[in-house]
Amino acid sequence: MYEWDFGPVLAESGVLLAGFRNTLELTATALAGGLVVGLLLALARLSPRRRLRWPAGVVIEVFRTTPPLVQLFWFYFGLPIVVSVEMTPFLAAALTFTIQSGAFFAEILRAGIVSIERGQWEAASAIGMRPHQTMRRVILPQAVKRMFPSMMERSIELMKTTTLVATVSYADLLFQANELAQKTFRPLEVFTLVALVYFVAITCLSGLGSLLERRFARSGEFAA
Amino acid sequence: MSVLKLVGISKSFGGTRVFENVDLDVEKGDRIAILGASGSGKSTLLRCINLLETPDAGSIEIGGTKVGSAGRSGLRISERDLQALRLRAGMVFQQFNLFPHMTVAGNVAEGLSTVRRMSRPDARTRAIMELARVGLADKADAYPARLSGGQKQRVAIARALAMDPEILLFDEPTSALDPALVGEVLGVIEQLAEEGRTMLLVTHEIGFAYHVANRILFLAEGGIYESGTPDEVLKHPRRPLTQHFLKEHKRFQF
Ligand SMILES: Nc1ncnc2c1ncn2[C@@H]1O[C@H](COP(=O)(O)OP(=O)(O)O)[C@@H](O)[C@H]1O
Ligand SMILES: [Mg+2]
Repeated sequence: MYEWDFGPVLAESGVLLAGFRNTLELTATALAGGLVVGLLLALARLSPRRRLRWPAGVVIEVFRTTPPLVQLFWFYFGLPIVVSVEMTPFLAAALTFTIQSGAFFAEILRAGIVSIERGQWEAASAIGMRPHQTMRRVILPQAVKRMFPSMMERSIELMKTTTLVATVSYADLLFQANELAQKTFRPLEVFTLVALVYFVAITCLSGLGSLLERRFARSGEFAA
Repeated sequence: MSVLKLVGISKSFGGTRVFENVDLDVEKGDRIAILGASGSGKSTLLRCINLLETPDAGSIEIGGTKVGSAGRSGLRISERDLQALRLRAGMVFQQFNLFPHMTVAGNVAEGLSTVRRMSRPDARTRAIMELARVGLADKADAYPARLSGGQKQRVAIARALAMDPEILLFDEPTSALDPALVGEVLGVIEQLAEEGRTMLLVTHEIGFAYHVANRILFLAEGGIYESGTPDEVLKHPRRPLTQHFLKEHKRFQF
């Protein structure tokens, strides 16, 4: 019978905390960046101009159909060969996950935008609104609310996928846990704790999401 | 004074002609009711006036200025002129098309703040004034989902009025409503007619058209099939399709 002992692990919990902070930092960066990139890609994809439409389509498809680990290695090991940048693990990870989640958000947003009834466009243009004003004031707010659950789902997926960055030595929660496991010879306790941290963090995130969703519903605007 | 003038307007969808060579002259204060069977092109005609549909041929003059220029595939118009045109012609849709994520006052104020660049408080004040006109000032902060169909359509009317249009286009404003709610919307339209507003009204409420309109257009066979005063067209129709249509709509009373 294995004797559980969290003592040595908890004594070094600062190491895990630092890792968790890095995980959050990366997730938040990729999420914020991904929303911006996703919005731009979605708008480009829906643009009447072909010169905007097809490059956006290529970016979206490439990032949706290649493994995230390949993308990460490409940015970390590959990109510095062709452009002279000092590639840090954080930069490579932030780039990868910003564009990757951007590609997914773009598809979600696009589906949301095209799901808004044509009458909304017509009503807005009938009072003289220009297409960009209609998009910003009428279509996007409804599309985002309609797609909020899918975007939440994707954000959770993103947080979990960021564990891949341990492979390029970015000191995220998993990377730090691995170090600690080797140092304390307590992998069972360490990884149990790490699983628990992810469980709690993601449960909180998704709880926050449901809260927001209920607030949208309360304004009663969905039934119109 | 001519508010709106259509000359030789034609429209077809993918080879199917809706109407051809329609001429129409609307004077200030005219209240023109447009009747016709379903599919006769009533909506398309209204939508061509504010260019929600682009006519294939013909020209539109509004307030004495010509809109756009003839291009290869119908009328061509700049974004700016398009916006100017739409501000002069307010549209009310059968399905209301309110913005569900904005309050009632927000719906009415939206064009004022976004298009007319009015400050938000001023836009709201004006919105509430327009809402009072349609009897809904007390609903200013409700969301559209909380309103009855009749109330929604009155908000949509207030939203159009807020932009100070020279002409109002109503596309079957009561067709999506429970019969019990039709009256409140017709009441608002009647009041606007009494104020001397210029309007084009597509409707199946023939009795209402008889009372409120000063001209009736009956659409059929790809154009204006018969037109005249309400007495001429509704009481003494001369052409067979008009007679047939009115017989089918027996339930109307003058
Ligand atoms: N966007 C469109 N695409 C193709 N056909 C259309 C479109 N809008 C209208 N039509 C056709 O044009 C004809 C006139 O339609 P509409 O103007 O809506 O008639 P009404 O309002 O009198 O019922 C109909 O045959 C309809 O099917
Ligand atoms: Mg119609």
